Amino acid sequence: MQYDHILIRYGEMSLKGKNKKYFVSKLFSNVQSKLKDYPHVKITKNHDRMYILLNGEQPEPIIELCKEIFGIQSMSLAIKVDNTEEAIKEAALYALTNPTNVQTFKISTKRVYKDFPIRSQEMNRILGGHLLTNTEKYTVDVHHPDLEINVEIRREGTFITSEKIKGAGGLPVGTTGKSLLLLSGGIDSPVAGYLTMKRGVELEAIHFHSPPYTSERAKQKVLDLAKKLTRYGRTVRVHIVPFTNLQQTLFRQIPEEYGMTLMRRLMMRISEQVAEKEGILSLTTGESLGQVASQTMESMNTINEVTNYPILRPLVAMDKVDIIDISKRIDTYDISIRPYEDCCTVFVPSQPKTKPNRKKVNELEKRLDFGSEYEETLNNIETIEFKHDKAADEEEFADLF
Amino acid sequence: MIYFDNSATTKPYLEVLATFRQVSERYYGNPSSIHRIGCDSERLLTQAKKQAAQLLNVEESEIIFTSGGTEGNNLAVKGIALQHQQRGKHIITTSIEHPSVKEACKSLESLGFNVTYLPVDQNGQVNVQDIADAITEDTILISVMHVNNELGTIQPIEEIGEIANKYPKLFFHVDYVQGLGKVPLDFNKAHIDLCTMSGHKIHGLNGTGMLYIKKGTSIFPLLHGGSQELSYRAGTENLAGSVSMVKALRIILDKQRTHHHHLQHLNGQLRSELRQIEGVYINSPEDAAPHILNISLPGFKPEVVIHALGERDIFVSTKSACSSKNAGESSVLEACNIGFKRSLSAIRISLSHHNTEEEVDTFVNVLKEVMNQLSEVMG
Repeated sequence: MQYDHILIRYGEMSLKGKNKKYFVSKLFSNVQSKLKDYPHVKITKNHDRMYILLNGEQPEPIIELCKEIFGIQSMSLAIKVDNTEEAIKEAALYALTNPTNVQTFKISTKRVYKDFPIRSQEMNRILGGHLLTNTEKYTVDVHHPDLEINVEIRREGTFITSEKIKGAGGLPVGTTGKSLLLLSGGIDSPVAGYLTMKRGVELEAIHFHSPPYTSERAKQKVLDLAKKLTRYGRTVRVHIVPFTNLQQTLFRQIPEEYGMTLMRRLMMRISEQVAEKEGILSLTTGESLGQVASQTMESMNTINEVTNYPILRPLVAMDKVDIIDISKRIDTYDISIRPYEDCCTVFVPSQPKTKPNRKKVNELEKRLDFGSEYEETLNNIETIEFKHDKAADEEEFADLF
Repeated sequence: MIYFDNSATTKPYLEVLATFRQVSERYYGNPSSIHRIGCDSERLLTQAKKQAAQLLNVEESEIIFTSGGTEGNNLAVKGIALQHQQRGKHIITTSIEHPSVKEACKSLESLGFNVTYLPVDQNGQVNVQDIADAITEDTILISVMHVNNELGTIQPIEEIGEIANKYPKLFFHVDYVQGLGKVPLDFNKAHIDLCTMSGHKIHGLNGTGMLYIKKGTSIFPLLHGGSQELSYRAGTENLAGSVSMVKALRIILDKQRTHHHHLQHLNGQLRSELRQIEGVYINSPEDAAPHILNISLPGFKPEVVIHALGERDIFVSTKSACSSKNAGESSVLEACNIGFKRSLSAIRISLSHHNTEEEVDTFVNVLKEVMNQLSEVMG
């Protein structure tokens, strides 16, 4: 006998009423796509549980992958047996004796399938008795057991599970719409993207690239970050905006200290237009209050003026150290600290306005003349799509390995 | 032609050669150059590390590409010793290590380090308790090989790692050159801090290798210069070599799964057929790695036997290729204390998954012939 299933418990989405069916089917397809490399596993779902039938696959790597899927509250290894007393007894005995370091246990039976003749409490007693008579070193402890053996009797069979493994929580990616992430290459924006995805949002990203002021490697950095984020959402598209001409014109025509504020406004405008074109309803940034000149209250007020799209700022109240912790956990930190300048650092004025004034900024902006450059920039945006199962580099170099 | 000297070096896979050629042609840019050609090479290098890390179940940043086993062993042993000498100056190793570990240790002795060379039993195995007993306040490194290159003996690496792990200030290095692709080793489970691998022993190319350096372990580089390989090994990367090694690694690990029984079967066949020949002693223990079989023909000069077999297109060796130019007793067998006559007349047969049952039969028959012929003169 061995654990042949992984049982998946849903997170908050169990509360979503009529939408639940939609949430479950989205989660189902996310799990399916994540486990594509395991063709033998079979995934089934019902309204409050999902089951992965392992069919001989090792459970550990699959559990690791599932930990990256939002919408999963917890998982457990499970044995599925027929709804007979004997079969359930045998499986419970396995669940007890399989792990090491267990001395005390507790049985919790849930009889969802009321046609099963033995009631839950009665079943607890029968199973407890069976385990105690067939083993020696174990005792029952209903308050603080080392191991709680869960027995769920359902129409399709009885599932015996032990230890609960924590899932990623959140909502299945794709259930709450799409957002356009302003991805710079720094530490914050990928973390902001990750947290937004956790709430079920599917991401596209936009990056402002200013060659020759910024290098190929700076762009590569952003693409690598986007690729990392596909671990949590299946697909991430990155829109690369060729920003050089606009940036040069802007910094030629504007007093240096206002350059940053106006550049940010310009980036917001372009982002909104890309979002609109792609049918995306919000923008996401890695802004955290007070971190840099563009993230003061005054700057946010002035920069935010140019768009009425909602701007999601999941990091707004977070400390830098906490942001760094998450970036390490999601494996983006090492990419983010690669020392290549992005378009925001190349043109950064020595003393940017930390308290820009809306009126003054609007006056300066009126004098700006981009000619045809604005349209050209929009027309030359390059879009690259990453899928979690096919990293572009792996494809490109596949024949070499 | 029968090639039974796969522990000296292996025939490169055609796929490995193809990769080497393609990478040399297409990705000749220097990975450190900042232009696109350089960027492409850098991406390929990163991808190579990523794949290697995946195959070995470690992290990308824990892989350093080297020029092979000798460099890897030197970098590990000297790198740890020089970097951490303020913690202590004592090193523990065994008396049957490859010369690249042994001589590196000797060189450190001349710099004021103390080295304990632990004895082995008749099977060539080190006693785990001896290692535990040898550890002092001053110990900073334990270096033990996984599969011995002459006997095939497998050392109890996991048990040694268990002990090493109890002493946070010492590091554990494993020379995995002969074991890679034949005998699985879980670096994490064995608490290994540094692990040497070589390309040309797994049907990759000469001049390629890898050193695993566990996250958080710092070493003193042998080569100073640019910041390549996390500054542990300066010098423009051998991109084509490194990618081709990862290719070889992928194939050999595949073969390890599918051809393990084949190697064991050939080994069993060799043993049972050789046991029939009078005057042949099997030196490798029963539970040795399946691809190495060491035998002795007391009374025969092994060099003469090798040449006689060579005339008949069969290639085996006397002892480790790195020691075989010094005539005389094998130091590995000497350490095993199996008697002077046996350790002076040893022959190493080392197999690859390419070898066949027919080759084993032919080899054994030709060996009999050669022994008969030579004994008329020598006996």
